[in-house]
Amino acid sequence: MIKLKKKIPLIDQHDQFGFYGNKFGGNYCAETMRKPIEDLSKLFEKLRKNRKFLKKRNHYFKHYLGGETPFFKLENLSRHLGGAQIWCKDVSAINGDAHKAYHATVNALICKESGKRYIAGDTGAGMFGKNLAMAAKKMNLKCKIFMGTKDISRQAPNVKFMRDAGAEVVPVDSGSKTLVDAVSECMRHYVSNCDNTHLAVGSAIGCNIFLKICAWSTSQISRELKKQLIEEFGEIPKLKLINVIGGGSSALGFWNEFIDYDKKHVELIGVEAKYAAPLSTNAKVAILHGAAQYCLTDKEGQIAETHSLSAGLDYPGSSPLHGLLKDSGRARYTNASDKEALAAFKLITKLEDIRPSLEPAHAWSECIRLAPKLKKNDVLVVNNCGKGYKDKKIYIEQLGYYPK
Amino acid sequence: MKNSINNAFKIAKKENRPALISYTVCGDNTKDKSLQILNSISKDLDIAEWGIPHNCPTADGKDIQNSSYRALQNGIRLNDIFNLVKKFKRIKPTKPIILMGYYQMIFNFGEKKFIQKCKASGVDGLIVVDLSFPDNKNFAKLCKKNSICFVQLIAPTTTVKRMREIIKSSHEMIYMISTISTTGSALKYSIKRIIKNYNVIKKIKPSKNVVIGFGITEKTISNLRSADGLVVGSAICREITRSLKDRQNPVTNVSKLVRKLKNKII
Repeated sequence: MIKLKKKIPLIDQHDQFGFYGNKFGGNYCAETMRKPIEDLSKLFEKLRKNRKFLKKRNHYFKHYLGGETPFFKLENLSRHLGGAQIWCKDVSAINGDAHKAYHATVNALICKESGKRYIAGDTGAGMFGKNLAMAAKKMNLKCKIFMGTKDISRQAPNVKFMRDAGAEVVPVDSGSKTLVDAVSECMRHYVSNCDNTHLAVGSAIGCNIFLKICAWSTSQISRELKKQLIEEFGEIPKLKLINVIGGGSSALGFWNEFIDYDKKHVELIGVEAKYAAPLSTNAKVAILHGAAQYCLTDKEGQIAETHSLSAGLDYPGSSPLHGLLKDSGRARYTNASDKEALAAFKLITKLEDIRPSLEPAHAWSECIRLAPKLKKNDVLVVNNCGKGYKDKKIYIEQLGYYPK
Repeated sequence: MKNSINNAFKIAKKENRPALISYTVCGDNTKDKSLQILNSISKDLDIAEWGIPHNCPTADGKDIQNSSYRALQNGIRLNDIFNLVKKFKRIKPTKPIILMGYYQMIFNFGEKKFIQKCKASGVDGLIVVDLSFPDNKNFAKLCKKNSICFVQLIAPTTTVKRMREIIKSSHEMIYMISTISTTGSALKYSIKRIIKNYNVIKKIKPSKNVVIGFGITEKTISNLRSADGLVVGSAICREITRSLKDRQNPVTNVSKLVRKLKNKII
């Protein structure tokens, strides 16, 4: 069993080679990338301690992304399910419609600091792509977004947004035509252009520095939540924090401030898509996109194809940090099928005013399963990390309607 | 054959030319075809590199990706690759063969088991694209123990300080990446600049055999002939793709191409 270190941020619990618990992460990359990622690591370590940079980040979070996202109780859903009280941390209310806004903005700020004029990123659901395109436009950077052709067609509203913001969307037609190949192609682009391009990896995956930047950026969510919980309850109550897991960037942000709490006090529950579920189906450790992680592969070690209605979850790997949280027993992981996610969306939108995208609909599904088994003083908080409009077409195809 | 990589360089040096090194993907487009191709071109080669196909090749350009996907589609597995190496070595026992691939394939198979299999089937060297220095120190040692040459890579982005460390832990062959790119793109730098980078490495340790790869084609190969060795990969894979598309025999076409490449450096 791996033991987590107390009082050390999760992202910093790696050794000199970038490994967490001697097992996850690392820097499995081509020699060409070594120097650029070393430079980026140095820059990031400097910036995260730099007051001026932090002030700038906070300014952007507040005035450009709209500040604190709401935290509220879902009275109707709680009553309907008749168990725990259910709360929503509505990250989808951010300007940019998803937690990727934090990560994209920070990457653009870092790119600016590095003096590079080009920024490249991968996207599945298009939330990161869209936010990166917006941030790049705001900060006068040239932006390339790599996206699988299957995802380009199923997440068309976000693609339009990216193009309108002036980004070049590069269609990736190899392999599964989804996120996994988009990430590969984006990394290839970086290998070829690392002298003038900043790589913004779309989730908490990749070589050590990329997942650190990502989880550091999204941790804004739990900083806010901690404050909001104390305002509401006067203390941190007994909690369960439920979050969907694709690569795992939103969960890491949602959980970051609560890692040191005992799991009986604050339980962390990750929900994967059923057929893209390396953490909850005992997948092996594999090397994918520069890091060792729980990842779906075939017997020969080739990366497996995944299937999810949700483009953001259609990824065979998982963040090395989730491997660490799983093996240390700090978080537990489960999964939900397309059908269950759709049913959750149906119920939530019938009873409440929120419109989750397909990704957080998976988290809501676990919440619905869990709540009736719990008592009134149990508090469930779900990270509603993405807005549903991007999946409107899919919801209509699957359910026959999209609620107002 | 011990030290057959060193011997290959010695022979080339005696003939006052760079060693010619090919890269093809094992199993492209079928197991048998890839062996036939290698057999046929090996008369013009000094060293043969065989790629282990992986379906997430993050450092390869389109040409090698295509070759890898073709090989995988036709069902190549690691054990097949070892068998094919054995077969090749039976026909050409003195021709050095280097396997090149991504670390995931080795990690999944098990490092020790992988190296034992390499040794048993006659593999002379290994290039692991995404296992760079210093993370490769232990693996390189394990290779050395088993008389397998672990080929370190040096890129245009590698600092001189790092270069010294890499060279120090390198075996008899070092691979210099010519330009900031994935495999198979055009040379971004002038020949002069590439040769300059090459000379920096050679100056640190003249006795190491340094080969240049990435972007070497019929057009560029003769300009770089002062190197210890030159690797041609994507250009060959592209020729296989073209042959298959035009329903021609890739064995004859690739053999012709390699012959032409050889003629440009003698």
